[in-house]
Amino acid sequence: MNIKFRQETFRDDFTYRNSPENIRRFPFPFHEDKYMYSVNMEPHISAGPPGFAFENLIDVDEHYVSEMQDRALVLKEDPLRCQALPHMMAGQWDTLELVMEHQAAGYPEHFTLTKNGDQWHWINRPLGIDQKFTFGDASTLPYEPMEYITRQAQGDFCIVDQRNNNLWMDAGMVTTQADWSLDFDLGMNFMEWHGPVPLAHQMGVFDRALKFLLNLQQGKPVRRLNWTMTVNPRLDTSPENYHKWGPERMTVTPENVGNKVHLRCELQSLWRLPRSNAILFVIRCYLLKMEELVQVPKWARRFHRVLRDLPPELADYKGLTNYRPTTVEWLARHDDGLPTGSGIYPD
Amino acid sequence: MSINTEMTVRVADIMTVAEKIKRFRFERADGMPLPVFSGGAHVVVAMRDGNFLRRNPYSLSSSPQDQSGYEISVLRVEKSRGGSAFLHEQLKPGDTLTISQPINLFPYDVRGRKHIFVAGGIGITPFMAMMDQLHRDGGNFELHYAVRDRNHGAYWQELQTLYGSHRVKIYCDMEKLFIPVESLLANQTLGTHLYVCGPAGMIDGVLGKATALGWPLQNLHSERFLAPPPGNEFKVALNRSGKTITVGTHQSILEAVEAAGIDAPYLCRGGACGQCETSVLAVDGTIEHHDIFLEPDDKLSAKKIMICVSRVQGQAITLDL
Repeated sequence: MNIKFRQETFRDDFTYRNSPENIRRFPFPFHEDKYMYSVNMEPHISAGPPGFAFENLIDVDEHYVSEMQDRALVLKEDPLRCQALPHMMAGQWDTLELVMEHQAAGYPEHFTLTKNGDQWHWINRPLGIDQKFTFGDASTLPYEPMEYITRQAQGDFCIVDQRNNNLWMDAGMVTTQADWSLDFDLGMNFMEWHGPVPLAHQMGVFDRALKFLLNLQQGKPVRRLNWTMTVNPRLDTSPENYHKWGPERMTVTPENVGNKVHLRCELQSLWRLPRSNAILFVIRCYLLKMEELVQVPKWARRFHRVLRDLPPELADYKGLTNYRPTTVEWLARHDDGLPTGSGIYPD
Repeated sequence: MSINTEMTVRVADIMTVAEKIKRFRFERADGMPLPVFSGGAHVVVAMRDGNFLRRNPYSLSSSPQDQSGYEISVLRVEKSRGGSAFLHEQLKPGDTLTISQPINLFPYDVRGRKHIFVAGGIGITPFMAMMDQLHRDGGNFELHYAVRDRNHGAYWQELQTLYGSHRVKIYCDMEKLFIPVESLLANQTLGTHLYVCGPAGMIDGVLGKATALGWPLQNLHSERFLAPPPGNEFKVALNRSGKTITVGTHQSILEAVEAAGIDAPYLCRGGACGQCETSVLAVDGTIEHHDIFLEPDDKLSAKKIMICVSRVQGQAITLDL
């Protein structure tokens, strides 16, 4: 499969678009016509129609090259988006190995990894990288291993240490986040970094999720989908840049809603790492304009109903209270009231 | 849906390493490399012993970097439930077995400035992999290893050769040499972590002393080798599958459930990890809780049971399985 990489922007003139084929591979997060929290974990195994976002476990799509350029811009302005505490070096190497192996196996025409003992050779054709290095010796790479490989992989990456029956946010590359800050959360444990989430604590969601993750097994990664909404296709909706994207939420009108408002889906995957016994938490962000979303009638009907019936606390937490009515009104025109089929995949 | 990630391995080598202790080396039957693991991890070894499928956890004692083979070291237990007897007396080089992916419930704290390992007898095994990994990463550690006599102690000579006798100290019961727990624990700097693996009495003694000396709980780590204890036979009614099964004297509930062809989740099979926690719907008799996972309140409530080690003193129990 030869991917045709788009040249586009996630800021300023916002030229980001999905091709028709790419719309149908979007990991639509709603399996029914309503939404509430759940520990909705499932095995992270290849699934869905051919070419769907679940086909390869580290997914590469047509936005790859432009997303990596956007990440480089974010890091240039704010190097603290990538941080690793000193005890996380084994986890960094685990991460590099995992990403390289999956990208090379899933997209051999774009990535090649050759290992000869600890002498590794990595070729990344879309980004024009050809790197020979010694696995385990950080001085043979231009960056530390996690930063090196996550400048070449879509999605945010957190390496979470496990100790004292808890998980600790001790390393990460976070530039495409839904309003949270690695610099703020670094060193926090699982309950602390989930502190701001409403309703879910009282429901016991995090107790169950933590118990589940502490026993996550090597070779058995899991995934879940999470979602929010973003006005304009901006990947970097960070607290640090709130002054840039916060006011944009006031710019939605009935005329521009289809183009400006995006469903933002996070495909979160969790992997037990072999050397460090840490957990790699991958948060891969996908953006879909309302105009693109309604190309799939099932998704148009369902998303209208989900958004219309969302509890107000969740709408507030996700920051979409302002433009929800306009969006629901627009989506209502694309909901003919027919029943929706089961599952998340497009009809 | 669950994915089967078990691996078929061939017994590459069996070697007697001390009195009643054998080392088994496993290599993948398909010639592929085994996964890297972290020091302290175990695998669950599935053994077909006649009609009986037994699954026992064993710590990996080989180098975590060595993907060509895994090694476990097993003590022949006098009153073996069958696992150590099978491995010692029936398993031959060339035989095949299935093993789980590595699971680490006894990792070292990577932030530790110093690591003190206290091993009793066969409890040495997880520390061998931990020391290999720490040594490679330039970590600061020392081992205090208690054995009955020098013939019963496995690996102490090679460990002293590898890491030096200043870091590997041996104490023999027969020579009236005992680990000086008090003076060892009273003089450690901040950031030191303590790990104990061995008989229950040793773990309780060492951790009790450390607690009394004011060690922070998060710096204390232990792994118990808890085999499912025997007991009287009883019946288990399984609510979801509608089956009723009998748990034999030398069987755990988990083993009986598996023998009936029902999948139940597990990881440690030793009452520590919590993965096999099961809801109790009714019990005729009393539950003997042998695990170290459930809170005292949970144990008293008789609403939960860890089916890998706990059993019933009485007639029957109904489980949500």
